[in-house]
Amino acid sequence: MAMITADPKDVPHVEHFAFTPENLVKAQGWISHYPAGRQASAVIAVLDLAQRQQGWLPRVAMDAVAKLLDMAPIRVYEIATFYTMFQLKPRGKYLLQVCTTTPCWLRGSEAVMKACQHAADGETFSVQEVECLGGCVNAPVVQINDDFYEDLDETSINKVLDAFRRGETPKPGPQVNRQTSAPIGGATTLRSE
Amino acid sequence: MLSDKDRIFTNLYGFHDWRLAGARARGAWDNTKAILDKGPDGIIDEMKKSGLRGRGGAGFPTGLKWSFMPKEVKDRPHYLIVNADESEPGTCKDRDILRHDPHLFIEGCLVAGFAMRANAGYIYVRGEFYNEAQNLIEAVREAYEAGLLGKNACGSGWDFDLYVHRGAGAYICGEETALLESLEGKKGMPRLKPPFPAGSGLYGCPSTVNNVESIAVAPTILRRGAAWFAGIGRPNNTGTKLFCISGHVNKPCNVEEEMGIPLHELIDRHAGGVRGGWDNLLAVIPGGASVPLLPKSICDTVLMDFDSLRDQKSGLGTAAVIVMDKSTDVVKAIARLSYFYKHESCGQCTPCREGTGWMWRVMERMVTGNARLEEIDALEDVTKQVEGHTICALGDAAAWPIQGLIRHFRPEMERRIRARTEKLAAE
Amino acid sequence: MPKVKIDGVELEVPAGITVLQACELAGVEIPRFCYHERLSIAGNCRMCLVEVKPGPPKPQASCALPVADKQEIFTTTPVVQKARNGVMEFLLINHPLDCPICDQGGECDLQDQAMGYGFDRSRFHENKRAVPDKELGPLVKTSMNRCIHCTRCIRFATEVAGVEELGATGRGESMEVTTYVEHALSTELSGNLVDLCPVGALTSKPYAFEARSWELSKTESVDVMDGLGSNIRVDTRGAQVMRVLPRLNDDVNEEWISDKTRHALDGLRHQRLDRPYVRRGGKLVEATWDQAFGAIEAKLKGLDGAKVAAIAGDQCDAESMVALKDLMKALGSPNIDCRQDGAKLDGPRGSYIFNPGVRGIDSADAILLIGTNPRWESPVLNARLRKRYLSGHCAIASVGPAVDHTYPVERLGAGPATLRDLVDDKLGFSEKLKAAKHPLIIVGMGALTREDGAAILALARDLAEKLDAVRTDWNGFAVLHTTAARVGGLDLGLVPAEGGRDVAGILAGCEKREIEVVYLLAADEIDTKRLGKAFVIYQGHHGDAGAHRADVILPGAAYTEKPGTYVNTEGRVQLGQRAAYPPGDAREDWAILRALSERLAKTLPYDTLSEVRARLVTVNKIFAALDQQAAGSWGAFGKAGTVSDAPFVSPIANFYMTCPISRSSKTMAECVASRAQLMAAE
Repeated sequence: MAMITADPKDVPHVEHFAFTPENLVKAQGWISHYPAGRQASAVIAVLDLAQRQQGWLPRVAMDAVAKLLDMAPIRVYEIATFYTMFQLKPRGKYLLQVCTTTPCWLRGSEAVMKACQHAADGETFSVQEVECLGGCVNAPVVQINDDFYEDLDETSINKVLDAFRRGETPKPGPQVNRQTSAPIGGATTLRSE
Repeated sequence: MLSDKDRIFTNLYGFHDWRLAGARARGAWDNTKAILDKGPDGIIDEMKKSGLRGRGGAGFPTGLKWSFMPKEVKDRPHYLIVNADESEPGTCKDRDILRHDPHLFIEGCLVAGFAMRANAGYIYVRGEFYNEAQNLIEAVREAYEAGLLGKNACGSGWDFDLYVHRGAGAYICGEETALLESLEGKKGMPRLKPPFPAGSGLYGCPSTVNNVESIAVAPTILRRGAAWFAGIGRPNNTGTKLFCISGHVNKPCNVEEEMGIPLHELIDRHAGGVRGGWDNLLAVIPGGASVPLLPKSICDTVLMDFDSLRDQKSGLGTAAVIVMDKSTDVVKAIARLSYFYKHESCGQCTPCREGTGWMWRVMERMVTGNARLEEIDALEDVTKQVEGHTICALGDAAAWPIQGLIRHFRPEMERRIRARTEKLAAE
Repeated sequence: MPKVKIDGVELEVPAGITVLQACELAGVEIPRFCYHERLSIAGNCRMCLVEVKPGPPKPQASCALPVADKQEIFTTTPVVQKARNGVMEFLLINHPLDCPICDQGGECDLQDQAMGYGFDRSRFHENKRAVPDKELGPLVKTSMNRCIHCTRCIRFATEVAGVEELGATGRGESMEVTTYVEHALSTELSGNLVDLCPVGALTSKPYAFEARSWELSKTESVDVMDGLGSNIRVDTRGAQVMRVLPRLNDDVNEEWISDKTRHALDGLRHQRLDRPYVRRGGKLVEATWDQAFGAIEAKLKGLDGAKVAAIAGDQCDAESMVALKDLMKALGSPNIDCRQDGAKLDGPRGSYIFNPGVRGIDSADAILLIGTNPRWESPVLNARLRKRYLSGHCAIASVGPAVDHTYPVERLGAGPATLRDLVDDKLGFSEKLKAAKHPLIIVGMGALTREDGAAILALARDLAEKLDAVRTDWNGFAVLHTTAARVGGLDLGLVPAEGGRDVAGILAGCEKREIEVVYLLAADEIDTKRLGKAFVIYQGHHGDAGAHRADVILPGAAYTEKPGTYVNTEGRVQLGQRAAYPPGDAREDWAILRALSERLAKTLPYDTLSEVRARLVTVNKIFAALDQQAAGSWGAFGKAGTVSDAPFVSPIANFYMTCPISRSSKTMAECVASRAQLMAAE
């Protein structure tokens, strides 16, 4: 995926952005975690708030973050284009972040990616190839918005996507019969209790 | 094999309650004040004696690292920073600690912070671990409420504040100084060293960055004694370790085992063996994407610890074991890692910014054999031009998997090039 | 002092320097791209790698590594050679091979270093990276494919210029140097980005494809666009000035120059006076020197000296000013002035120069700006103030216009009342000034060109003395001039003689017909409408305000076209060399005055440049001390009196157009438009 390095032109025009009062309180909460004068430390957290509020990060939102944190706007643009979780263009309701790094690839992420690409319509689903999500013993993994869906194959990802289409929220985690990162069929350790 | 009584992470899989009550039942926060009463020097001494080596990949002795912090707090506050930016391909152990045993870890933060005379700690959690971070935030809240953190933490007389800081998608932030930059609200671009964090870290203050697992094992080590931990494993490679076994095994899993366990045993005992049997094994990446792979011949006998794997020109890294059976397109498996490093290079320094892209593109051609034979040597030379010439270790990490591939699978690479050349000639 | 061994040679070096600097002291050249001694250390290009013992087994970036005692440094080992060759190869793989069409060609660090560390063919068989060019305004042209990501430009903008607008977006090989949102940089120092760029990614837009560096003749000179006297190099091809570049002078401009200094040069090609003119029947018509002198001779014949006046302009060289002064004296006129703006300055030297020198800014520990916007009045000096701010522990406050200085300034108030409060110790900032060891009071023309300028000057003087800012070891009283000629003019005494008129008096005299002849020596900044019916002689180089009103025009030389002596705001006497000849019939200015004097039978007693310069020394011995700076003599000056409530206003309303040259420059016009656009966008 091409990295966005300049103010994207092919996005809806957003005239104005202001944090909701609740988010402003949350933002102040993040800022309070850092010593006085170090409010820039909260930039990722506050950008995340803006993104959650707007669904993506139009430039006006980044400018609002810059203002709130007393940072130069360019510094915020740098951050937003450096970290991959920031979406500088609108995306579907569900962002399918498909891990295709070697551990997931070894266990069939290509088929999962194909299924996700097939489903991606830009409205309900958007798809994004991502690097290692850190769920390798439950590969292949797809992160859908905040949740990890694990141990997927073509059939199970389609089931998950169908559930979302129906407006349900399928249970995150392994889509096979196993407890988190324990081996299928039962743990080999920690059975004494 | 390690017995359950010697396992530290007793809720690794989340079968039990991760909250404070459950954690206490499992022994966390058990008389933490007694640990703190040993004093900073006592704690550091005990940690040194335990032989614990950092669990984030480099294997630097944890106690020694803590001892680098100034002995007195002067004009600048001290900071404990925990690296929970777990992103090394193959690695997913800290995730289990964060979501299933956060209190054990938080207790470790207090102990470590106290030992390095820090009144504040920041835990940098990779942004994708949203739910894990929520558990951690909730556990921190519980700990504050129970008086375990904050003013006079655990009745120790020491004030300790702990904050959870989320990242937003950048592998490089697992590099300790990039993490500090990110924590300061900048791009995660590694800093030049010196100065080292213990002298000038977060906000220019003395800081120490530790991996989640290193911190989380500390309270148990201090409760059960350095001798107990040092008695597990092999000399210089002591204690228990979380292993992540992924790829072509029958039952991929995380497991806590003894350092130095034979790789073969680790895979067979806990991961249900290699898919199709041990003889179907092609290669293993034993310590996360950054370390060179090992062909089956080495895997047959190699022990899973820092020194054994270093002797095989690989490394324990994060103990993330990526298993590849004989069906694997091994060149493609490594090419995908090359893409990973290209994608994750911060772009700051020349060899990494330019080298990772170059190496990946050549690797992609190697997958199909679309190259000349001498390009294998050229590729290896490029990896050496990157290795050791960059600001941080990402350049090395990008170079090593390719070097391992060439070392062990050069005939396969040559075969592809010849096959393609012959095919083109025939057409 | 640590002892180090560099390539086997032992050497003692100052503590705290870097390995790279130590190597330079040893005469060992270290290649580099990102390192620049006036910017923060980035350590990202990796070209300066050396081997160091004791140390890790891999080569180290010498630019970032502090020297240590007993360190052994190796710069020529195979490891080092291999490292540098490798870095060079990496830099070149994505760098276009377009040197033949690149303006940086011939003065490109990458090109030069590739000769030493490059390889004669490429092992890179992939596609090269393509990066969209960026729009950075009318002065900086981008060709971003060539960018090697050294980040010098970003660091310059952020650190020196103080405009945090340039950054690097994206990451890895996709990283791009950019403003993200397209806009010109809001700095008056943007041309320096071009000098700093080690490759052809940032080049000069007005100079694009104009010339090759090896075709140019290089002449050392002094800038006249403001009062700082930045040291410059004027590059010419034939008669044409092709570009102006900074020369290094740590005491004055370090290695920076303003955009006006650098880019007003196309103004030298337009609106030039290249022959004499005489007004006939209300119209200026071409004339010969003889005819022009004849017209002047006829007018002056028998005229009482009291009815003659002269005004020297803001960019005049000392040579022409002394000649003007001598001529007026010979004509019996006491009416002479070099202060077009009416600045109330005529006291001892200490009252009108920047006593502590530009270097004094570095040691100041509390700074008060009075009636000045240094950012527009002298952008390079302003960068020095910013540098002082960045090094910490220096409070800066202003009494004057509310402007963005590029560093935080506590604005105490707008006008004289606040200044009086400071003198009377009524403001908190007084404490900071009093606590300072080296308080610095910078008084600008916005405070001194007013009716009540003399009273304000007295107030500033009171404040300085109250703060004990004028001592034998420190003189923190600093006048910031906006013009290149002013201090020289004051040093030469181009102020009214006994009973003479100043500029205001001259103009009033013209209106009342008490003054019948006015000699304007390149003076264009007065209200020419007030010259009334007076006979105006204009000697200068541009068809600006003065020439339009003139009855006789004598074509003179611009600063690049004559050897000239200038005294900057600190009182530093500097020489500019001639880089090109004046156009057409135009001549060097002192020589014109000398020739005219002969025609008027008042022959000035010098025939050569060295004789004029000897005359300068006779008038003021300061002219014998080139390139030196010291605090001036102190004494009574200013005039206590009532002050008005009007706020101080900087004399510069439009930075880009302040003189006939910059007003004639299309490039400056583009800058004005670009800045207006930027302001509108905000």
